[in-house]
Amino acid sequence: MKKLSNFKNNLSKNLQWQNFLPQFFLLLFFCLLIFYFTRNAQINLLARNITSGFDFLSTNSGFDVQFSLIPYDGSFSFGRAYLVGLLNTLLVSFFGIIFASILGFIIGISRLSENLLLSKLSLFYVELFRNLPLILQIFFWYFVVLRNLPSTEKSLILLNFLIVNVQGFYFPKFIFTNFPFVLYGIIFAILTIFLVKYYSNKMFYNTGKYLPVFKLSLVFLILFPLIFSFLGNVGLKFEQAKLIQNFGIFNYVGGVKLVPEFLALLFALSLYTSAFIAENVRAGILSISKGQKEAAKSIGLNNSLSLKLIIIPQALRVIIPPTTNQFLNLVKNSSLAAGIGYPDLTSVFAGTSLSQTGKAIEIIFIVMMTYLSISLFISLILNWYNKKIAFISK
Amino acid sequence: MSKNMFKFFGSLALFAFVLSGTAVKAGTKEDVTKKGSVSCGVSQGVPGFSNADASGKWSGIDVDMCRAVAAAVLGDANKVKYQPLSAKDRFEVLKSGQIDMLSRNTTWTLSRDAGLGLEFVGTNFYDGQGFIVRKAAKVNTAKKLNNVKVCVETGTTTELNLRDYFKANKLKYEAVSFTKADEAVAAYDAGRCDVYTTDKSGLAAQRTKMKNPGEHTVLPETISKEPLGPVVRGNDQNWKDIAAWSLYVMIEAEELGVSSKNIDSMKSTDNPNIKRLLGLEGDTGKSLGLSNTWAYNIIKQVGNYGEVYEKNVGANTPLGLARNGSPNQLWSKGGILYAPPVR
Repeated sequence: MKKLSNFKNNLSKNLQWQNFLPQFFLLLFFCLLIFYFTRNAQINLLARNITSGFDFLSTNSGFDVQFSLIPYDGSFSFGRAYLVGLLNTLLVSFFGIIFASILGFIIGISRLSENLLLSKLSLFYVELFRNLPLILQIFFWYFVVLRNLPSTEKSLILLNFLIVNVQGFYFPKFIFTNFPFVLYGIIFAILTIFLVKYYSNKMFYNTGKYLPVFKLSLVFLILFPLIFSFLGNVGLKFEQAKLIQNFGIFNYVGGVKLVPEFLALLFALSLYTSAFIAENVRAGILSISKGQKEAAKSIGLNNSLSLKLIIIPQALRVIIPPTTNQFLNLVKNSSLAAGIGYPDLTSVFAGTSLSQTGKAIEIIFIVMMTYLSISLFISLILNWYNKKIAFISK
Repeated sequence: MSKNMFKFFGSLALFAFVLSGTAVKAGTKEDVTKKGSVSCGVSQGVPGFSNADASGKWSGIDVDMCRAVAAAVLGDANKVKYQPLSAKDRFEVLKSGQIDMLSRNTTWTLSRDAGLGLEFVGTNFYDGQGFIVRKAAKVNTAKKLNNVKVCVETGTTTELNLRDYFKANKLKYEAVSFTKADEAVAAYDAGRCDVYTTDKSGLAAQRTKMKNPGEHTVLPETISKEPLGPVVRGNDQNWKDIAAWSLYVMIEAEELGVSSKNIDSMKSTDNPNIKRLLGLEGDTGKSLGLSNTWAYNIIKQVGNYGEVYEKNVGANTPLGLARNGSPNQLWSKGGILYAPPVR
């Protein structure tokens, strides 16, 4: 008997080893593989007299970029050029995600509307934008739409506010004096909103009645900054872009300028991604069983309230995970900017900087790590949000 | 060990074996002889330098450089495979070994020569950077270009010179960069920019592609030195010599008065320089590892430098770049083209 148990013991130990060994060797193998490629690259770089290292990041870049959120020109370093590219990528991704989400949400809900025209139009929108290659859509906006706008001296001026020509869109710049008072107003409004929300919840539990919190919030957000501005003597001026003539060359200077490369990329990314998000939203809403809607109706909730309180919170659980993927896709797709010359991370750093320095391995490594970090960060936030709204089983 | 584990380690070993077989590489000349063609990196379309016509036939001064090398190594100038490359990609493609040489109006600079593991073999066109503007701009000097938008090809020396020039002259500008020269030109042509800049030969070439070439004017300033020439990898001395001397014999042939038309009648000459050039005397081919008729093949099939110049970019071409008075003339005629003795 003892022998048998010994044997069994040995066997299970053996099995443990058998499970452990392949994993150990697999890990060893991957380490060796990485070592092999690094060493191979090192030897070949040395053999061909190619200098390597990250020193170039602090040397002068020598090239200019047309569109940058931070002060930059060729006297700054390649490291700064990286930052310029990164910020431009983040800028277009940020606004892309916001527009795509809003549009996607509206289109997704319209798809389920009982209004035939609305639902068919939404269907058309979704099928059109998700079935055309993205790069083609970028080219469409850039080469077909924005390239054919009037020249600078014949600019369209809309409502004395927006100036549109082939070189870009110019908005007036808002110049405030005593600006902090506006901020105080906004902070005060937010505090008030929290208070009202708290009171409304309390009232709901006690009496079953509630306050129109959303509408009140809007009123506060507009009213308080206005009152504060008045009290703090805040001034606001618009600085329009000015047309400057230099011999026969006309150019707008000043104002807030959006270059056509940015606009084309933003339009294409937002519309393309919104079509996918719309389908996610539709799927999410359809996943809620009919009983939920009927139950909402039976306790006397009207359509908008049942959507807001019953349907959407449940649907979000289905909508968020695939929508995370769409956000990630949008960020990665923004690298198609290189096709039209928008100075994003890929085109400024993995493009221009790479060819000016020849440091292919280093730069591609940095750029890959950057995209990876951005994507992981977005996943992290949305996973956290997803967890927060998930069912809590009691 | 179980059967599965044998399989597992077996496949690992196989994979490792496959990986290890990638190291040793033969010389470029041997490679080229083996595959029977020279792969040559060229531009994506710069008339006069490297440009494909409607039937896909490549021509230009850079293309003739590829043809000369093919004639020297393989005895047939037509055995060239062309690979159009953007300025941004050209060096990486050459480094990785996908092409045998790069002949793509590429400027010779210190950092490219010394830092990229590449070797510039010589200069087949001396150029300088200039600006083109619309005539309606009523500007006759680059010094008056202030607050302008300039279209430029990215990853070039052009991009760097542009900044240097505007900075030195305290002029404000915005550089709108594109990956392809074609895109930059199209953007300028559509009014996205007020100015387009590249090497002056390139300006002449690109102007022929614009909607109304007559509406544009090249400004007189030349803001940089742009010696353009072929490039090879830096780890193959023999291949570098072949490329360099293919260029030199074209210049030498012109200096000696040997052209593709008269080369066969030159065979009866008493001039020892010409005899050596044609491979009738000495053994110039041997030191390069080529047949002794290598130079003959180049001149016969491609022509001497003067012929190549006039055919592609000279006064009677759409580019119309006059040769006299430019650096691209023989040293004996006031230019700076000078080939070391072929002996």
